[in-house]
Amino acid sequence: MSAIKTIRASNDFVIKFANVNGSGSASANELFARAIMNMGVPVAPRNIFPSNIQGMPTWYEMRVSAAGWLGRRGGCDLMVAMNPQTWDRDIAELSSGGYLVYDSTKTLPRSRFREDITVLGVPLTEICNREYTDPRQRQLFKNIMYVGALTALLDMDLTVVDKLIADQYRGKDKLIDANVNALKLGYEYAKASHSCPIGLRIERCDGVGDRIFINGNDACGLGAVYGGATVAAWYPITPSTSVIEAFSGYCRKFRTDPDNGKARYAVVQAEDELASIGMVIGAAWNGARAFTATSGPGISLMQEFFGLAYFAEVPVVVFNVQRGGPSTGMPTRTQQSDLIACAYASHGDTRHVLLFPQDPYECFTFGAQAFDLADRLQTPVFVLLDLDIGMNDRLCQPFDWDDQRRYDRGKVMSAEELEAGKNFGRYLDVDGDGIAWRTIPGTHPSKGAFFSRGTTRNAYAKYSEAGTDYIYNMERLRRKFETAKKLLPAPVLQRAAQPARYGAIYYGSTSPAMAEASVLLALQGFHVDTLRVRSFPFADEVIDFIYAHDGVFVVEQNESGQLRMLLINEGEVDPKRLLRVLHYDGTPITASFISGKIAEALALRKVKVASLTTPTRKKVAS
Amino acid sequence: MTYLAKPRLLRPDTPRNTLGYTRRDYEGAISTLCAGCGHDSISAAVVQACYDLDIEPHRVAKLSGIGCSSKTPDYFLGNSHGFNTTHGRMPSVLTGAALANRDLIYLGVSGDGDSASIGIGQFAHAMRRGVNMTYLVENNGVYGLTKGQFSATADKGSKSKRGVVNNETPIDLVALALQLGASYVARSFSGDKEQLIPLIKGALRHLGPSFIDVISPCVTFNNHAGSTKSYDYVREHNDAVNRLDFILPRDRINASYPPGSLRRIVQHDGSILHLRKLDSDYDPSDRIGAMNHLQERHALGEIVTGLLYVDSSAEDLHRHLNTVEKPLNQLGDAYLCPGSKVLEALNASLRRS
Ligand SMILES: Cc1ncc(C[n+]2csc(CCOP(=O)(O)OP(=O)(O)O)c2C)c(N)n1
Ligand code: SF4
Ligand SMILES: [Mg+2]
Repeated sequence: MSAIKTIRASNDFVIKFANVNGSGSASANELFARAIMNMGVPVAPRNIFPSNIQGMPTWYEMRVSAAGWLGRRGGCDLMVAMNPQTWDRDIAELSSGGYLVYDSTKTLPRSRFREDITVLGVPLTEICNREYTDPRQRQLFKNIMYVGALTALLDMDLTVVDKLIADQYRGKDKLIDANVNALKLGYEYAKASHSCPIGLRIERCDGVGDRIFINGNDACGLGAVYGGATVAAWYPITPSTSVIEAFSGYCRKFRTDPDNGKARYAVVQAEDELASIGMVIGAAWNGARAFTATSGPGISLMQEFFGLAYFAEVPVVVFNVQRGGPSTGMPTRTQQSDLIACAYASHGDTRHVLLFPQDPYECFTFGAQAFDLADRLQTPVFVLLDLDIGMNDRLCQPFDWDDQRRYDRGKVMSAEELEAGKNFGRYLDVDGDGIAWRTIPGTHPSKGAFFSRGTTRNAYAKYSEAGTDYIYNMERLRRKFETAKKLLPAPVLQRAAQPARYGAIYYGSTSPAMAEASVLLALQGFHVDTLRVRSFPFADEVIDFIYAHDGVFVVEQNESGQLRMLLINEGEVDPKRLLRVLHYDGTPITASFISGKIAEALALRKVKVASLTTPTRKKVAS
Repeated sequence: MTYLAKPRLLRPDTPRNTLGYTRRDYEGAISTLCAGCGHDSISAAVVQACYDLDIEPHRVAKLSGIGCSSKTPDYFLGNSHGFNTTHGRMPSVLTGAALANRDLIYLGVSGDGDSASIGIGQFAHAMRRGVNMTYLVENNGVYGLTKGQFSATADKGSKSKRGVVNNETPIDLVALALQLGASYVARSFSGDKEQLIPLIKGALRHLGPSFIDVISPCVTFNNHAGSTKSYDYVREHNDAVNRLDFILPRDRINASYPPGSLRRIVQHDGSILHLRKLDSDYDPSDRIGAMNHLQERHALGEIVTGLLYVDSSAEDLHRHLNTVEKPLNQLGDAYLCPGSKVLEALNASLRRS
């Protein structure tokens, strides 16, 4: 071997697959990720895909981390370069000392490679052309064949992959045999032609525990089922479409009446996002739990209706799986750039409840809770996730559900209460929490009917343009927003190992990268308390956290610092206290990006203390 | 304008329907529309239709968009829940409401601006989706509430109050409804309650999307010479294809109609539509024929009114979605939440194997 200094690592590296979309690579790549997970090694895969159905480049990036870091790491130690179009940039992206697996059927000139990498050719096309006659099989089996080669190169257990294939195609023996055969062909070729294992290895360990592996959109769909949603209306848009697909799928399984096969739910694909949110508002006004799922452009279209739901106080739930904006923006890339568009959606003085799940577990939990919150607060509730959490499988804690839990339908006056003469004023604040009682259409023959509208009204829902009525209503809505603070998921505080003058606030999909960044920073001697914001309006603790530190980094994935803006605005915080750490190129934020920015800023402020060798972090509150 | 409460004193001989309700029980707040506005006559027709049909007022949900026409649900059925939504978007809100509770009667009220301009997309899709509802357009050919601009149903060549001539092709919502799959399609005139009330009754009892375009003159902005939606113009050009008598299953069939000119249509719920034909070759079960007839008469400058089309075997959205009989908004937790055991099994399937 030459003098290449090869990367050597066990259970801690990044593999990237460069594919052409529509070539069938996605399922092979996923299979490989699952194989690693089944060996007990934590893995965090990410799809990087174009807004196109066939023929464009896609990448599947997989971070293997025994330490359990699930954020994107950046860089690449092993590239499986299957796409000639992106060859040059894929080769360039490999870390020095990295490994390249490619289809070596056609000999390439040395100039197409790099001197500082290990090149591992597998003549995939040649083997496939030899083994198969069907052109489709010739294409498809290349994918499973490189999985076989990787299994050998990384010293993995072939039976683990065999078993996954058997599970995937259970009942279709022919397919199992064909796939297992292709897998073996790749495996054997690698064993025979390269010295296996290479410097990178997967070794069995127990890093996965009882965690589950699922994507956030599926979890949101499941959360909506558990949360009691019965009506969903939507319009297709990446990256939110699969929320509805998941909801429909789980409903078919769990909400089909066993006696007559009838559906205990309704899903309607509307003609656009205006109609989707309109249907959701109609259903919620009429007492069903209803939601839509959408992304940036849909949020923009829904603005007028958000105002109606806010002002007429209709409990709707909106899952916004954020993508890169503005306009059509980067439809298949991730961002957290709809905070402002959702927090103050619609004209006039509006403000909305937002929830920020960090992973699929919270997508499920918040997804279900959103319906209770919407009913309790009688207002739209937005669950703001993003493409990174929504469309990538992620290890997370298993879902849980308390069977004693009953849906909180909030203040709904019943026919009996009306009959008994209870005072009903649709917009009357009888309890002082800003939340008035409502009635569901059809409740009582002569009592409790009211006319909902987006225009101003008095406490008894009668049209009124009187300034006093208007102010009464606006002040009540403000009180309701204050009430919301006490009901929403509280922020999660992590204190640094040593007293820290600086803090960092972050939310949503930034979570795993932030956790890792804290450790990286501590290793360099920078101690930072962190606070994960999980909802808006902000709990008082969030503002207290800012005042408790000399400066607070606000880490987020958008260009303008939208959470920072909200904090300044709602907390009346001096903007100088809040330091921007912004990542917005459409890729998920990394720990090295965060720690780099924070270390640089802290170094300038001379806050470094003696470096710790073993950073210990204790959880103070959650 | 402020509301003067109507005296609630009733004379002992006040007529009541079989449920014991008086007409008053179907009225709403006092109208704030201009005196003589066609829309008020339509409200009165709705009140009469619901009273006659013995509908419990609270079993109706009335929804509307924005406009003078869309304000009217406040002026009838005061014991029904109502929702004055946003401009042009009533159809989607009504669709959602209908999904949530299939047992209520849905009445959508809209204007020509609301349905033929800003809301034409939602109008079209609600029709094709098969929402079980009665959809009334109170069609005056103008935007009343924003003071007299032409709407998309204004006829080419018609003149606005200020003398401006409309050069754009009109949209005929009846033609669209026929094409888009509404299963009960009618046109009427706010000034003709004999025709309008039975048409509304038939629509309320119809299963599927019922659409009635009601020409409803705007006395303030569109009731002058040169307007094709004025009282005088419509009276002169009205060409009724039939006269409807609506009969509930419990009513004794009145045998006084001359045989041969009667057509009997039995709806899903057993209610009967008796069509007294005025036009000898008009067949309301022939959708293509209805479309042709409409176009032919339109070319002659006539406004065809009456029940133009009815499909008494139509299905609705709930049937398409195969939803349970019990309204979705009444399903209890146990019917909705799969519970912790199911979740545990799901977790197991998502773990490493
Ligand atoms: C989004 C939006 N744009 C414009 C308006 C203003 N606007 C209110 S009513 C109306 C026209 C109503 O016309 P029509 O539906 O024919 O009702 P009419 O008043 O004639 O009965 C318009 C344009 C609005 N309310 N909302
Ligand atoms: S402006 Fe026209 S449509 Fe509006 S209330 Fe007056 S008459 Fe009726
Ligand atoms: Mg009009």
